[in-house]
Amino acid sequence: MTETQVAEVGTAETGMPDKLEFDVIVVGAGPAGLAAGTVCARAGLDTIIIERGRKPGTKNMMGGVLYTRPTAQVWPEFWKEAPLERCVIEQNQWIMTEDSVIKMGYRSPHFAEGVPNCFTVLRVKIDQYFAEQAEAAGALIINETKVDEVLQDDGHVVGVRTGRADGDVYAPVVILAEGVNPQLTCALGMQEDLKPDVAAVTVKEVLRLDPEIIEERFGLNEGEGATIEMFGAPTRGMLGTAFLYTNQNSLSLGLGVLLSEFAEIPDTPHDLLQELKRHPAVAPLIEGAEPAEYMAHLIPEGGYNKMPTLFGHGVMIAGDAAQLVNGLHREGSNHAILSGKTAAETAIDAHEKGNFSAQVLGHYRQRLAETAPTIADLRKYRKATKFMEHHPVLSVYPALAAWAFEQMLTVDDKTKRQKQWEIIKEALRRRKPWGMAWDAIDGGLSFI
Amino acid sequence: MSNDPVIMKPDANKGLDDRLYTVKYEVDEENSHLAVIDSETCVGCEMKPCISKCPAEVYRWLEDEQVLEIAYENCLECGTCRVVCPYDNFEWEYPRGGFGVAYKFG
Ligand SMILES: Cc1cc2nc3c(=O)[nH]c(=O)nc-3n(C[C@H](O)[C@H](O)[C@H](O)COP(=O)(O)OP(=O)(O)OC[C@H]3O[C@@H](n4cnc5c(N)ncnc54)[C@H](O)[C@@H]3O)c2cc1C
Ligand code: SF4
Ligand code: SF4
Repeated sequence: MTETQVAEVGTAETGMPDKLEFDVIVVGAGPAGLAAGTVCARAGLDTIIIERGRKPGTKNMMGGVLYTRPTAQVWPEFWKEAPLERCVIEQNQWIMTEDSVIKMGYRSPHFAEGVPNCFTVLRVKIDQYFAEQAEAAGALIINETKVDEVLQDDGHVVGVRTGRADGDVYAPVVILAEGVNPQLTCALGMQEDLKPDVAAVTVKEVLRLDPEIIEERFGLNEGEGATIEMFGAPTRGMLGTAFLYTNQNSLSLGLGVLLSEFAEIPDTPHDLLQELKRHPAVAPLIEGAEPAEYMAHLIPEGGYNKMPTLFGHGVMIAGDAAQLVNGLHREGSNHAILSGKTAAETAIDAHEKGNFSAQVLGHYRQRLAETAPTIADLRKYRKATKFMEHHPVLSVYPALAAWAFEQMLTVDDKTKRQKQWEIIKEALRRRKPWGMAWDAIDGGLSFI
Repeated sequence: MSNDPVIMKPDANKGLDDRLYTVKYEVDEENSHLAVIDSETCVGCEMKPCISKCPAEVYRWLEDEQVLEIAYENCLECGTCRVVCPYDNFEWEYPRGGFGVAYKFG
């Protein structure tokens, strides 16, 4: 940079900070970046967080369920003051056909006691709360600024180039928390871009509804929340799920489908969402609710197999950008927060040592493996997506199970034994014995 | 009826306009952040999955011109079009800082 360029930076017009050198640069103000920024700033590191949205959260959406314990590792007791929606005391799983549903669920007051297990959230509010915490810790957040390029010198990451005039910023360590579209990490050659078999497109609608009506329909007390995960018909048997979560005065209804399967049919994500809204089990729950916002996002489904090398000289990757999502358990924000925190701790350590090489930053992965369930969990489910793709888990079985339930619950002139035989015959008609055996064996190997 | 593959059902996305109406955007009038690299590739692309998989109906196939029309102002910045294109035929980036979709709830 020339002298004149430096002098121009920091005017109100550019909105860039007066200085150009920091101890740490964090790209992206989602849960991963805000956790990383908070932890770095608390340790006294000069920290800048760069976010492309007008404010943190305005580009982001999730279901979304926020898990308290991992979040509290960075922001202790946040749940006592943060803008949360409802404390989840009931979680349901629905297996659905076009017009019927098998319901399972677990409800317990224990989930609201002590450190409550999880809350429903809306990202615009909660991301801004986390951003306030990062700022209170001393981090500088620059909004409305897109990082276009990661700057390197002799194989070492040394800073970032933003879209602003004279917007280069330097630091010996950069934490990339850019989310699911890994533009910067791909450009660095740290991973390959997403492919349709490891990305799910998701759409969601926020539907406004009076709190009293929500509480009545879902059997909740004030402040209590319920979640429903839906499998089978909502994704037409394709690999994916749908969800309905209760917020304070709205519902979040959405679904996601793996792109490789979805690309085979002409329907749009919006079509599937509309279909879901008309489902006889869903329609009465959202009746009268007013559309407040529609949104879309990708979920990285590559898991352990697609996890990039998490570090390089002067750089670490956290959150969705590093594929740290456990789709099966709708966990992503917790892994984002824990990976952001761990990357920050590694950056602090590197500053103490005055060494930002990949050898030192490599402790990030090791630390993450030792202190968080993230890597072990992703490893455990590394075969799950492939299993679901190769077995008719969400197509043949939901319909079969629903049919069996209907037979057993219908009282007519057949004996129960006759009904059982019919169910077995029907099962074998829909799925051959060796197919079932293969589903069971491969399922065992993939999930246990 | 022709034997062409169904790109999108005729009544697809019914009501999507109402949905998009709830979304707040800060449109970058000067730049589109989305572009197709090679229009010829689109002509030969059978299913044109970017059209049906876009949650915001940003793409439309113009039969006469044989090109993809891109209504980038409606983009929700999910990345689906880029990932689903079988020919890596997108020049895809996020809008300039501060522009594009601005969710109220998320
Ligand atoms: C439909 C859906 C439902 C989900 N449900 C849940 C759930 O219930 N529970 C759960 O725990 N997880 C859920 N997830 C996953 C969760 O949302 C993600 O795992 C989590 O948000 C990842 O956090 P992150 O900080 O890595 O990325 P993000 O939250 O995506 O944040 C990335 C940030 O970086 C910014 N950015 C990107 N590129 C640039 C750039 N070049 N320059 C500047 N800024 C940039 C973006 O604007 C964004 O603010 C869900 C996801 C989806 C899509
Ligand atoms: S999917 Fe790719 S190649 Fe096919 S029409 Fe769309 S942009 Fe063109
Ligand atoms: S990024 Fe998403 S919303 Fe935007 S054009 Fe592509 S598919 Fe459509």
